[in-house]
Parts: sequence; C-alpha cells; structure tokens
Amino acid sequence: MTILDKVTALLGEGAVLETGTDRVPRIAPGSPDAVALLLGTAHQEGWRVRIEGAGTWLPSDAPADLALTTRRLDRVPAIEPSDLMATAEAGIGLDQLRQQLADRGAWLAIDPPGLAGRTLGSVVATATAGPLRHGFGPIKDHLLGVTFVTGDGRMVQSGGRVMKNVAGYDLTRLQAGGFGAFGVIVLVHLRLRTLPRADVTYLLEGTREELTQVGEDIAGAGLTPAALELVSPALARRERWVLGVRLAGSPALVAADETGLGAATGGGRFAALRAEEAHAFWMRLAEGFAVRPVTFRIGGVPATSDELLDLLQHQLGDEWISASPAAGAIRWTGDTSIDRLQRLRRTLAGMEVPMTLERAPWPVRGAVGHFGAYREGVGPLVSGLRRTFDPGGALVVATEGS
Amino acid sequence: MSPHLARDLAAIVGARHVREARAERITYAMDGLPTHRRVPDLVVLPGTREELIAVVRLLAAHNVPFVPRGAGTGLSGGALADAGSVLVVLTRLNRIIEIDHANRRATVEPGVVNAKLSAAVKPHGLQYAPDPSSQSACTIGGNVAENAGGPHCLKYGVTVNHILALELLLADGSLVDIGSRGGEPWGPDLVGLFVGSEGNFGIATRITVRLTPLPRAVRTLLADFNSVRTAGEAVSAIIAAGIVPAALEMMDQSCVCAVEDSVYAAGYPRDAAAILLAEIDGGNADAVVAETEVVTELLRKSGARSVRSAASEAERERLWQGRKKAFGAMGRLSRDLVVQDAVVPRSALPHVLETIGGIAQRYGLVVSNVFHAGDGNLHPNISFDATDPGLKERVEAASAEIMSTCIAAGGTITGEHGVGIDKVRYMPLIFDAESLGAMQAVRRVFDPYERVNPGKVVPIHACREWSRVRRSAESAYATRHTPHVTVAAP
Repeated sequence: MTILDKVTALLGEGAVLETGTDRVPRIAPGSPDAVALLLGTAHQEGWRVRIEGAGTWLPSDAPADLALTTRRLDRVPAIEPSDLMATAEAGIGLDQLRQQLADRGAWLAIDPPGLAGRTLGSVVATATAGPLRHGFGPIKDHLLGVTFVTGDGRMVQSGGRVMKNVAGYDLTRLQAGGFGAFGVIVLVHLRLRTLPRADVTYLLEGTREELTQVGEDIAGAGLTPAALELVSPALARRERWVLGVRLAGSPALVAADETGLGAATGGGRFAALRAEEAHAFWMRLAEGFAVRPVTFRIGGVPATSDELLDLLQHQLGDEWISASPAAGAIRWTGDTSIDRLQRLRRTLAGMEVPMTLERAPWPVRGAVGHFGAYREGVGPLVSGLRRTFDPGGALVVATEGS
Repeated sequence: MSPHLARDLAAIVGARHVREARAERITYAMDGLPTHRRVPDLVVLPGTREELIAVVRLLAAHNVPFVPRGAGTGLSGGALADAGSVLVVLTRLNRIIEIDHANRRATVEPGVVNAKLSAAVKPHGLQYAPDPSSQSACTIGGNVAENAGGPHCLKYGVTVNHILALELLLADGSLVDIGSRGGEPWGPDLVGLFVGSEGNFGIATRITVRLTPLPRAVRTLLADFNSVRTAGEAVSAIIAAGIVPAALEMMDQSCVCAVEDSVYAAGYPRDAAAILLAEIDGGNADAVVAETEVVTELLRKSGARSVRSAASEAERERLWQGRKKAFGAMGRLSRDLVVQDAVVPRSALPHVLETIGGIAQRYGLVVSNVFHAGDGNLHPNISFDATDPGLKERVEAASAEIMSTCIAAGGTITGEHGVGIDKVRYMPLIFDAESLGAMQAVRRVFDPYERVNPGKVVPIHACREWSRVRRSAESAYATRHTPHVTVAAP
C-alpha cells in the first residue's frame, strides 16, 4: 500500500487534496481528531510530515512524505463578544475570521504580514505580529489557549477561554512562534477587543532620521497609537520613508490623541487617510512581506533601532523594511543569500539581538534555520522539548538550520 | 538527608543563614494560605548569586529536592517544602542590578520586592506595572514563578507580559540565559514557558523586566450599587464601549464593611451591596478626561447609586488602600482567611457570584468577595477558624464547590495565585490525562528527576505516562554538561 492508500483508508477520500508539483500527497484532515489520527499513524509508519496552512506564507517545499494542511479546520465554534473571547480552528483564514468577528462587534487586534487569507494557525505558529504590536503587543498576548496535536498524535490542551489563567504550565506560549516544531496547532482561544468605534491613520513622509525623531516626539507626548510604523520607501512605494500612525479605540480617546498628535508634531504635517486608503496602506504593507523570497524579523531594544536599520542597509541593502522603533521590532524582506543571512545573524548575535527567519525557500530555511544556533544551555532544552512533542521526529521544521 | 548537609550549606552561606532549629523552621511552614502547613527539614538563605549557584550544585550532588521561596506571600501553598526537601529562601538576593531608563528595562535579582522596584524607577517617570495586592512584600522572583497579576493588569497585563529575559539556574546547577532585552526570543519562547511554572523548572537568578511610563493623568472613580448583579452589568457596559480602564475592581458588602471597620477605612458606603473602583489613566490628559466622562455616564446608566471621582491624590490613595488591604481587613472577621482565586467569563460574573452566595449560606460560612471584575478574576474569601476541625472541613468542601461552579461556567481554577499544592486536586477537572502528562513531560525536560519544588502543579496520579518522553528527557539530561560541584567560601 502506498502512503496515499493508507491515508485514504484512514481519513477517507475527502481528506486527500490534489498533489502539488513536488508529488508529495497533500492531506487535509477535517477535524482535530483526524489530525491526531494522521500524525499517530505517521509516527508509527515513520513518515515525515510538513505542516501547511493556506500555503500563502511558508513555501510548500519542505522535503516530506506527506503534507498536512489545516485548511479544512476552518470552523469558529465560539464568538463571545461580551466576554471578548473567540474560539477558532487553526485553518480559518484571517480575513474570514475578521469578518465574522466584526459582524459581532469584536476585533482581533493583530495585523500580521502576509496575504489576507493566511490561516490563523500560521500566524500563531510563526508569531508574526504586524504594526499593531506597538499598541497591542505580540501575537502571544492575544492567545488565551491552544489545542495542539503532537508529532505522535496526542491531543494536548493548554490555557483556557478566560482572560487570566495560571493553571498549569503555559504551553500556549511555547506553541506561539514554535514554527510547528512542538506540534500542530488545531484550535485557538483568542482574546478579543471591542471593534474600535474610531480608527484613523495618518502618514508622514521624510528622511528616516526626521521620521524617527517624530516617532520619539509622539511617544514623548504620551500618545498611545495602535501602530507607529516606519516603512522603507520601496515597501511603501513612495519616494521617501513613511511614518504610519494608526489611532484606534473609543471616539473620546482617538479624538484626544488626534489633537495631541498635531500638537506633538508641529500641527498639520501628517496626511490623514480616508478609511479605504488606510485599509489599502496597511494591507499593502502586510502583503509586501509575502512577495519577496526571504522575510525575517529582528528584535532589539528601542535605542538600537537606528543602528540596526543601518546594519541591515549595510549588509543586505534597504530592500523592504518595516519597523516599530518603540517596540524594537524590525522586519526585512527581499532576496539574499544563505551566506549573507548567516553573516548577519552572527553580527546580530554579537549585539545580543535575535534574528528569526520567518519565511524562505526550503534550501535557505534548511541551512539558516528559523532560529539558528542556540545560546549555551538552551539547545538541550529545545531538543528535549522537541523530543517531548515529536518523539519520532515526524514534523519537518527547520528550527536550527544545518 | 545527610547530617553533613547543613554543615556544607553553612560553609557556603555562613552558619547564620542556615536554619536548623525547629523553632526557626516553623517560620517557613506556611505561606499566605492557612490551610496547608509543612515544616521544612532545612532552610538556607543564600546572599549572592554565586552562593545560590553553589547551594543548588551541592543539593544536586547530594540528590536532595529543594523548594525556592520568595517572601512567602503566595496563596496556593506553592512555596512549602515537604520533609526531605530543603527550602531555599531568596529574599537576600535583593539587588536591582541595572535600570536602563532609555530603553525602559530593569534587571533585578529574584528577591527584589515588587513595590521597591517601582519606587526605584519612579524618578525616571517609569513603573513596573504588575501590582499584586501583596506588592509591598512580595518579590519579583515569586511574581515570575506565579505569573502574578494585580488590579492594574486589566490594562497593563500580567507578569508574563513584562518579563523579557531570564537567567535560569536549573536543578542540576547549570545556568541558562533565555529571552532577550528586546523581547524577541532566541528560538522558542522559553521565557513565556518559564513564567508561571511555579518553581518547577528552576530558579530565575536574574530577571530583566519591561518598564512602562507612569501615566500622566489618572482618574479614580468610586461607584456603588444596590446589587452585585447591577455592578457586574456596569462592568460589561464599560468593556463593551471599547474602553479599557487601568483597573476595574469590585467589592461586595461584606468586604466593604470589613474595610470600613479597619484602619484602612476608605470611605466606601457600607449600605451598598457592591462597589466598583474604576481607574482610567494614560499619557494624554485630554483622553483620560474624555474617557472618564464616558465611564461615569455608563456607570450611572447601568444603575450606580452614585459615582464619585477622587478629588485628590490623597483620596485616590485612600480608595486604593482600602482595596489593596482588603485581605488584611478581613482578618477582623475571623482568625483565618482562605483567599480563593478563580476566573470566569465576565458575562458569567453575576450568576457565579449569586451561586457562591448560596454555597456560603448552605455551609454556614462568611464569604466576602473582592476581585478583578474587568478580567472576571474572582477572589471569594472564606473567613473561618482553622483550629475548629469541623469548620475546616466545611471550608474545604465549600472551596471545592466554588471551583466546580467556576469551571461549569467556562472558567478556570486560578487566575493569578497558582496551583501550588492547594489546587493540584482540581487540575484533572480542567485538563485531561494527556495534557497533564504533557505538562509533566515538559517539567522533566528542565528537571528530569523532579527535584525542584516536588509535588506541585501537576497531579502525577492523573497524568497519562509519556514513557518515551521520559526516556528521551533523561537521555538529554545525561548528555548535558554535568556541573562541577564547588563549595564557595562564605
């Protein structure tokens, strides 16, 4: 029996999707239990499995015996606007989820890079936060709990559905940004916010130095933007660097911050975008990171943002960059080589700045790794955790690189 | 336990920092929860990081279990040591190592008291936001172990949202740095995994925290209600309006009266069935004023009898002192107090509070509620006399029913106090055997022989065995560098 025959017998024909160009069978289990059944079998049979969502973020090119896609796990079992909580399966597209939440007056305050249909599971597994990280924190801060399936087919719950929870170890945070190395996320409990009644975006163009200063003035004025993002000319498709300021919240808060923005920055310098223009600006920014072959993020302290931007420019070229200087987070996308990435990671390590490779073709991921070499003592812990959650090594994830 | 252990520990930390006499050890027999009592065999108080490392390596060499402890203000029996274990008290490791005000970071030792850190960074216009009610005594190390919360966590987040990097001392005495000052992890988020692990993964010897700007404007409102249900509905109305107050705290009449009878009297109306303390703060004074007006209006529309705004900083502090010292004030009601901790969906608050009232009545107990209403984080407090064995049994039974009620409402058994030993028995009510087994297996990655804080958090009997995992964890342990055991001079 071929793998395909066995999987068809196990999950039915409906779970088998069209095989991709690399001839790896693509399997779409229809429920978390089916994911557990598939991975349990893969573990027993010694199959190597790559994890996919909608296939719009990481290239579907990791060498494997089969591809497990979460795209049929697209239900939203619960939306509780009064409790600001929702439960969604990992394969739902963020665009669909956003719409369902908005219909109930609720908002998931994340704007990850990538195409609109990117799956929730992909965003959680890669912890790819966007500009809203400035006001609402990283992806992990939006998670109340997850259910995941280990590489040997065990279903594990972590966290819960309430706003605060310290019952048991926080395996949710291990899964957020684990790139699937510790299991396949199948269900996510989300912390929501009330859909902002006011949501405005202002843009300012200028040199990087000017805009950095303006950003510091805004922070110094005590304003609380939802996003404060510095965008390179190539990514913004403008002549110069752009500072995007998004104010979102209650009308009272946003009106007061709009007044404060004018006062802090000399008044009238920013251009206010219409709602559809603002949507297009932030969407273009997000989609820009899914177009070029390689995307990574680095995280330093706020005071080093300028130095880090200079370093990227020097070692890789300006390309497409977006930064939340106050959060110390920078994302770069472009075309570069394994050598350059490894050299950059070494330089950054010397500055105590981690670099996480978010997406790249398999040869690059395999060589560079999402995380690269660990610090002393961390490697055995991560290896132990990987063996815990994937004892047979079924899940193909390039964490460390070769 | 080897009779030479105390002598060897004394060689590291000095004889006066090793407690052998029973009278001294009894001091450490309890934490803030009066229902559990364990007298440790030995207590050691290292005074420096180097001493602590030497102590843990010595304990590893002798294969002796140990329990890290901060100020002992915990409320789950998490820092109690069984016979056969050594209690490692970290309160002497109380240095603030660095304050980097430009980047809003501070690095501290685990024994630094929460409120002292905030006081130290205040001149820079900064604060350490998590503010448990015990903040004048509890330590940052303990906060990390428990993932402590506090009233202002509604807006600012709990401890895990403020921890950037840690230096860990594992059970085998090895040191590991996790996290980074920028907040982006080196690899998977081990900091997030460690915070809230209740000491089971090791000791955080250096803690780098995120600081936040002190708000430039603060408005504190006191609203009182004729019923707990109406107060709960007011909370929902504020959240539904898209406003996130810095704090949204509720107290019921029993609690209000206890406070008003105490030295912490804050001017709360005794005849109210419930009061709400709502605080709105921010960096933009105009925004704070505007949102305060909206919240005031929502409170009135939701049925508040009156809404009063603190007219001065002194009045604000008095209102908060009443709230933060409420647990102490309840000491007037009886000899002992069980401070419970559970979380329910916010919308379930009125129903759950009414059910808890019914449980108290059935068991003939006084239950006072003071809690973080904005998060749905309840603290039903049961006043009783622990010397009365019959009463203690009723308290235990009532506590179990309260937990079941919260779980049935879609909630969980602890929001900020931790599992410790007190709630181990409830863990199988919210996690299946597979999930508990996974937690146990993760613990063994950090501590293969389960020597740090044994018997806490995960009920071993309820776990599904991850035997393959155990073997691989032990193999990882065997390949890890075996620490060189050295005994530092005192």
